[in-house]
Amino acid sequence: MSDDAVKIPGALSGVGGWLDDRFHGARGVRVLMKKVFPDHWSFMLGEIALWSFVILLLTGTFLALFFVPSTTDIVYHGSYTKLNGIHMSEAYASTLRISFDIRGGLLIRQIHHWAANLFMVAICAHMLRVFFTGAYRKPREVNWLIGIVLFTLGMLEGLFGYSLPDDQLSGAGLRIFEGVLQGIPIVGTYLAYFLFGGAFPGSAIVPRMYIIHVLLIPGLILALISAHLFIMFHQKHTQMPLHGNTEKNVVGQPFWPYFMLKGQAWFFFIFGALVVLSTFAQINPVWLYGPYTPLAISSASQPDWYMGLLEGALRIMPAWEINFLGHTLSLSVLIPFAVPLGLIFTGAALWPFFEAWATGDKAEHHVNDRPRNAPVRTGIGVAAISFYGVLWAEGANDVFADKLQIPLYTITWIARFAVFLVPIGAYFVTKRICLGLQRKDAELLTHGVEIGVIRQLPHGEFIEEARRLTDEEHAVVASKRIPAALPGPGKLDPNGIPEPAGRGPVGWARGVANRAFTESIVPDGHGNGHGEHNGHAVADGEHAAITGGDSGDHHG
Amino acid sequence: MSPEDNEELAGPRRVIGTPSSAPAALDAKPPVPQEAEDYVPTDPADMGRAKVAERLAAVCFLIAFVAGICFIVAYIGLEVGPNNGGNSVVAAMRSNYALGSSLGLALLALGTGSIIWVRHLTPNIEIEEHRHDLKSAPQDRAGFQRDFATGTAITQVTKRPLLRRTMMIATAPLALAPLLLLRDLGPLPGKSLRYTVWKKGTRAVTLGGNRPLRPADMTAPGSMITVIPEGYQDDPDALAKAGVILIKFAPGELHIPTNYDGGTLVSTMNWTVDNIVAYSKICTHVGCPVALYEQTTHHILCPCHQSTFDAANGANVIFGPAARALPQLPLTTDAEGYLVASSDFTQPVGPSFWERG
Amino acid sequence: MGYRVSSIIARRRHPAAGYAAIAGGLVLAGALYGALAGGPASAAPGQSSASPANGRSLFIQSCATCHGINAQGTSQAPSLIGAGAAAVDFQMSTGRMPAKEPGAENTRKPVTFSPQQIADIAAWIQSLGGGPTIPDATQVSTSGADTALGEELFSTNCAQCHNAGGSGGALTYGKSAPSLVASTPTQIYEAMVTGPEAMPVFGDGTITPDEKRAIIAYITQTRTEANPGGFSLGRTGTVTEGIVAWLAGLGFLVLIAMWLTAKRKDMRIGGEGS
Repeated sequence: MSDDAVKIPGALSGVGGWLDDRFHGARGVRVLMKKVFPDHWSFMLGEIALWSFVILLLTGTFLALFFVPSTTDIVYHGSYTKLNGIHMSEAYASTLRISFDIRGGLLIRQIHHWAANLFMVAICAHMLRVFFTGAYRKPREVNWLIGIVLFTLGMLEGLFGYSLPDDQLSGAGLRIFEGVLQGIPIVGTYLAYFLFGGAFPGSAIVPRMYIIHVLLIPGLILALISAHLFIMFHQKHTQMPLHGNTEKNVVGQPFWPYFMLKGQAWFFFIFGALVVLSTFAQINPVWLYGPYTPLAISSASQPDWYMGLLEGALRIMPAWEINFLGHTLSLSVLIPFAVPLGLIFTGAALWPFFEAWATGDKAEHHVNDRPRNAPVRTGIGVAAISFYGVLWAEGANDVFADKLQIPLYTITWIARFAVFLVPIGAYFVTKRICLGLQRKDAELLTHGVEIGVIRQLPHGEFIEEARRLTDEEHAVVASKRIPAALPGPGKLDPNGIPEPAGRGPVGWARGVANRAFTESIVPDGHGNGHGEHNGHAVADGEHAAITGGDSGDHHG
Repeated sequence: MSPEDNEELAGPRRVIGTPSSAPAALDAKPPVPQEAEDYVPTDPADMGRAKVAERLAAVCFLIAFVAGICFIVAYIGLEVGPNNGGNSVVAAMRSNYALGSSLGLALLALGTGSIIWVRHLTPNIEIEEHRHDLKSAPQDRAGFQRDFATGTAITQVTKRPLLRRTMMIATAPLALAPLLLLRDLGPLPGKSLRYTVWKKGTRAVTLGGNRPLRPADMTAPGSMITVIPEGYQDDPDALAKAGVILIKFAPGELHIPTNYDGGTLVSTMNWTVDNIVAYSKICTHVGCPVALYEQTTHHILCPCHQSTFDAANGANVIFGPAARALPQLPLTTDAEGYLVASSDFTQPVGPSFWERG
Repeated sequence: MGYRVSSIIARRRHPAAGYAAIAGGLVLAGALYGALAGGPASAAPGQSSASPANGRSLFIQSCATCHGINAQGTSQAPSLIGAGAAAVDFQMSTGRMPAKEPGAENTRKPVTFSPQQIADIAAWIQSLGGGPTIPDATQVSTSGADTALGEELFSTNCAQCHNAGGSGGALTYGKSAPSLVASTPTQIYEAMVTGPEAMPVFGDGTITPDEKRAIIAYITQTRTEANPGGFSLGRTGTVTEGIVAWLAGLGFLVLIAMWLTAKRKDMRIGGEGS
């Protein structure tokens, strides 16, 4: 764009000049303004989490003006007359006050809670998008790891947040948390006593959780979000495999003014959606749950959705416990606490490095994969979702039992098997679907798109007319890049010695993984309709073959 | 392939998952406007569309303005709290609906207007940014390494092990200091998890009513009630371990309950009074109160993780993750005929822990 | 009758409560008129007008197949001697009895007997072996009852099965604790003293009559209370909240994101960034 043809308003040159005299910012800010943001709906998911966090900070600050983080026992006499005369903590009483005596207090409280739920939903959806498109690959592994830490911190922040009002449900959650802590070998009881300042429930936990909830964890989240955004900014955004998009460019609209306007619209919509939810959908009605007492409990006591996995894992466990040498190892607490989340988070953290090792792919990737073009990754991703989903659903087994009239134990027994079988099935089914879609793509590349016109040839044969793909379609359909096969086990180099990569059990494992990753459907290239003209669709069978290695097909 | 060809294509317009054809290719590079005025459309049809879009966006912003005013009016006009005709719940509901719907409408209208603005009033400018190698140039990397190594050499840290090691020793105690400072967060558990406040002669009183109970107060088989040790109704720390459920059985229904007294399994039939048996209300899994008692099946179900205990058989676990029976409280009656404990629980109540054994 | 009244009360938390109340009032007035015009059927259960003899013949027609000709019980169903009028009134006024089939858990269904018929049967059963009687109006009156005490007792003794919001919950082997939305004060009282189905008994020794009134007041006040935060989502807690966050929250925003980032149809102008 021309630098001098557009008229510069006086204020801009004045204020801008004043700032530039002091910060030397013109050049840097100009680069920033021209930062390119590629457009795709799935690129907006992470931003939901970002704006939800901003809304959480704003609403949380408002709530902190009125919330009293104290377990001091008081006798309630307030607007919620049904509970007049009941003993409760100041924390619970101040939550009632926020809900019934502060104008807009209930709305802000509900926005805060919905925003927390949406924050975790958006992180989850964003992580899935990044995973399924392979956007975590070199050079973005570190940002992927930061994302996992953010997810973990978000869970902890949410756990402490919903425990603060000291209502019956949050107390039940804390009691379970304490029970799980006690189950940790050797140090468990010490951890529990240190965290609660003695025996459960004590009076220390609410103020302690409060400072962790409002200062420590939000500070960490803020710092990590900043790092996450800075790295994203520095490395530039990935883009979808579209016409004109390459590994060497980013195509999209500039930050100023496009992304500024879009970001503004997006913030308004996210905030608006949360406000509408908070207006019409009641969340966490603590006044119905009542103040916490250690001997009361409600049926259907569930944590917020993002802790549902842990809850389900606790429910699914058989009663395993080991007693030896005067000690107790409570496996029915430890395994659910550590294994499912450990599997998911450790697995997710190691995955980029595992994939690079298995494929031998050391290149930078800035153009995203279509999920179908990475069947192993997509299969593993769907398997992980189904594993998470089974445990999550099991966490609500009593609600399903009640609403769907299925016996409680039946659900648990189904889940006990499903948690192992469904992910395995999901992996293979997903992988087959991906390969099927690749086959369809291969046919599109060789034959073009059938247009629904049947023509009879002079010798009587009927064919369906096809057109070649447009440039835009072709760019997407032909975007598959299958990593080159590594030398397998048993492959010999010219001197008759096994290739180093293929030696030993590690080499064997790498070979197996590598074969899985390089399995692919490629067009056979000899089809007669390869985009040259409105070709004939020839129905004589297979024009695509399963193969390993680089697809090597490029549009001619 | 030009757009004109594209228009003539029959059949599916596009392959699912791919974008539609570009009306103008990026590389065609139409002239880049030079003046601010150039960004305003000049073609009559475009001008008309822009005008409609502008008005739509303006209507959205006006709606947002009005909704914002409504929010202020609702805030000032709708009182909440005690001085509101008595029903503060309805007042809170009215206020929430009024504030929330006006604020929500304002935000959604602002968002809608902004999207119309950016999509229909700005020219569709797409730019291409080149990616540069993230890897530094070889000479930069070499230079960095050289400078860093030079700095290290100047400190002589590799040449003077005494200096290096004493400094590392010096940091060790300081690194432990933060952990040390956390020590006073709480007392050591000691043996406190093994005992509750029940002792010989402690009366069982109802929770809420604080009334002691006589066996005659639970005449109907299938009766159940939560009780606590007398005098501890305002001590949540004590109650969190000492809560008990009393269950009344019909004669003969109660199979000889067994329970551990220390390390030995003993018959605890004499721990019951008149077919009333007392079990800890704290689940042995992770400590939720277990109280879903089904008098037909004698199951006690924990609502948190569905551990199920058989109350007629010493509260043994019959389903779920809890690994041990609910501890039984030895019951007897005192001189006045009230139900009392004849001792504390003979084993720790609540979740398992490492030192439990 | 009781069923209809309390279900209207239960909906008072809805914003359209005013209209519903008027409509309900009209229905109630009509029903009352009909009942009065109908004659003897208007007698309230438990009143002295109940006829044990009539109850016995009704029992033999409709109940004796399972419970035995003298209510002594069979292999199909328990003895009712000593069960008391309260048990009969609870089971029949909630439509649980007569049961559809023996063995299965009985749930609330439309009542097939008139209040007078139920009162007659109850009176006959009461005459057989005593047992809990049907509470009178003062025993279930909620005026002046201590709802705070009610909350304490409800959350300790009832919420574990019936849920803090009274929406019910699952038990073992397919059984469930019913929702309390439709239960009349009399039925709540009767359920406590008789322990129907799997429910334990809460006699006057463990929960005093005043405490029972407190619990009834807490239940009836809670279920008619408005939901200040919007729709209640069934008062089922975090499970529905999570589903709403995913489907409504994320679903809506994804649609908006698609609109925001959809490919534009107008002419693209190329350029080059830094």
